[in-house]
Amino acid sequence: MKKTIITMGLAASGLLAFAGTTQAATLQDVKDDGELRCGVSNGLPGFSQPDNDGNWAGIDVDTCRAVAAAVLGDADAVEFIPLTAAERFTALQSGEIDVLTRNTTWTTTRDTSLGLNFTGTNYYDGQGFLIKKDLGVDSAYSLDGAAICIQAGTTTELNLADFFRANDMEYEAVVFDTSEASAQGFDNNRCDVLTSDTSQLAALKTQLSDPDSAEILPEVISKEPLGPVVRQGDDEWFNVVKWVLFGQINAEEYGVTSENVDDMMDSDNPSVQRIVGTSGNMGEILGLDDDFMVDVISQVGNYGEMFERNVGPDTPLGLQRGTNALWTEGGVLYAPPFR
Amino acid sequence: MSSDRGPLRPDNPKPWNDPRVRSVVFQILAVSAVAWVGYSLFQNTINNLASRGISTGFGFLDATAGFGIIMSLIEYDETMTYGRTFLVGLSNTLLVSGLGILFATIVGFIVGIARLSTNWLVAKVALAYIEIFRNVPLLLQIFFWYFAVLGSLPGVRNAVNVGDVAFLSNRGIVIPKPVFEAGAGWIGIAVLLALAASIALVTWARRRQAATGQIFPAFPVSLAMIAGLPTLAYFVMGQPVGWDVPTFGTFSFSGGVTAIPELGALLMALTIYTATFIAEIVRSGIVSVSSGQTEAALALGLPPRRVLRLVVIPQALRVIIPPLTSQYLNLTKNSSLAVAIGYPDLVNVFMGTSLNQTGQAVEIVAMTMSVYLAISLSISLLMNFYNRAVALKER
Repeated sequence: MKKTIITMGLAASGLLAFAGTTQAATLQDVKDDGELRCGVSNGLPGFSQPDNDGNWAGIDVDTCRAVAAAVLGDADAVEFIPLTAAERFTALQSGEIDVLTRNTTWTTTRDTSLGLNFTGTNYYDGQGFLIKKDLGVDSAYSLDGAAICIQAGTTTELNLADFFRANDMEYEAVVFDTSEASAQGFDNNRCDVLTSDTSQLAALKTQLSDPDSAEILPEVISKEPLGPVVRQGDDEWFNVVKWVLFGQINAEEYGVTSENVDDMMDSDNPSVQRIVGTSGNMGEILGLDDDFMVDVISQVGNYGEMFERNVGPDTPLGLQRGTNALWTEGGVLYAPPFR
Repeated sequence: MSSDRGPLRPDNPKPWNDPRVRSVVFQILAVSAVAWVGYSLFQNTINNLASRGISTGFGFLDATAGFGIIMSLIEYDETMTYGRTFLVGLSNTLLVSGLGILFATIVGFIVGIARLSTNWLVAKVALAYIEIFRNVPLLLQIFFWYFAVLGSLPGVRNAVNVGDVAFLSNRGIVIPKPVFEAGAGWIGIAVLLALAASIALVTWARRRQAATGQIFPAFPVSLAMIAGLPTLAYFVMGQPVGWDVPTFGTFSFSGGVTAIPELGALLMALTIYTATFIAEIVRSGIVSVSSGQTEAALALGLPPRRVLRLVVIPQALRVIIPPLTSQYLNLTKNSSLAVAIGYPDLVNVFMGTSLNQTGQAVEIVAMTMSVYLAISLSISLLMNFYNRAVALKER
């Protein structure tokens, strides 16, 4: 009986049935296609959202562009494929996309049993609560009995349940399938509280009918390291995606920016020389050109530039570097050395 | 002439010329081809899953789910398993489909009959209703009821207060919950007794009518018994039912039973949408009954209501039931649009959240599809039994 059910399901869903059996060599496939297929969120300000001209923008989008710049020498050679939270892993597993950068939290289950590898963290986040000011609640520990709007299929749902259980509180989970729908539910007073990663709350708050009527509670109830994901079992591609992000963080640490990258080609600093490819063979051992980071930095920028442009204090999100500052500045961004 | 050509078919044809042998061979070939395709799909999937390091199997059903669900008919909390979330989703799907089928049938029959009314206004109102709601996509109707109608109800702090016991807001309707104390069991027993007595009464009345032609008002008497006996038991046992009346807390009402607006909106949309199709099916069924039948029944002196109930509708049912079955199936399958407004049905809870938390896409999709298949086949089977029972019996 069990077998019948599986067979039936498979025959009809055909989920992975026809997916090619070769899965390594993503790097070669991307080079052959001349385009990187990148799974992103279907609209989250600061992370991935099309602007008024239809161009995708955001820190996740820039992470994709950086990989495209490194592999193909052109940051615009990316096809962005918007995915819901529920679709994202299947899209990557089945080979529909080459890399997933969709504010996805790195967890044990996802890193192991889903056949995926997280390549690093492009934003350290944590789950928080957005609440209407007129409720007069100033702490997440006073939320007993609240109705909470939430997006389906995320770690957020699990953290929320853990938090309320640990503090012996009750809640009512109003679950929508997109983050916009959950924000709309909050806006319409279907629930008292909206919960999500604090960066997302900052983004969603800007889209409320009256952004000033709501505030983010001080408590952060979880760790949410968000970063790019690739398929397991393709170490060459895993290394490329991993080291592009590490390269951007190292570039910020050594002061290499999109403004000065050309001057840095003449730098005497061996660390900088390895980043810009004037010494060492970093590109070659990754299967790329030695100056691949020059393309990345000149077209997309270092990590700091990427952060400032998309989510930093001068953007509508107005987020501080905080945890996402370099280790030299009190944050946790600590990329292994480029050598 | 024909005798000149010899027999039409030789007695011992060659096997490849024998139609019987050929049909068997081709059927075996076709079945084998289907089986082979199925087997290779299965093997290919298992291999692909294994080579990608994706875990497979149904072990995940015993793992702790760890997320909350807004509404469950069976006991559920975050510490229970994914197997339990499956049951929660399934029972919520069955609830909304069952209620939807019930209400859509009632509304559909009323509108279908109204459509044929001799009263011009009634007939045109029914026509307008059918044409409007049949032609607007169901998803839009769900959004309409959820956002435009139920969403515009007052917020929970300004809830409409019905006698300090029930409250209506955009978070749904909250009503007092009965709390059964010792002795309340007798009320249940009284209900069962009244039901049994009613069935006996109806059977007796029908038999008496067949034998003597005299009509006994079994329906009102049964109704009186079903309402009266439990009430009597309630007072005899010293009113053993208390009420848990909702009270307003920091955020919302606590206590009582809440009917969430997601259920209301989905049910409303499914009922109103499907009822339009049922109305047309009912109308076509009634029109299919020859008017001579009605005239003959009226000529016998039957009152018009009884003509409809005893002569027209039984004959119309033969035409109505097969297409009605497919409307019931449609309604059940359409209930999966619940995910759009966050009603926790099977697709939302199990194929949405559970799939995403576990990543066991193949197993979960297969289970969900099997459930819808099983529900559809069950409805179809039941309706076919019923159809056989009401079908014209030629003697």
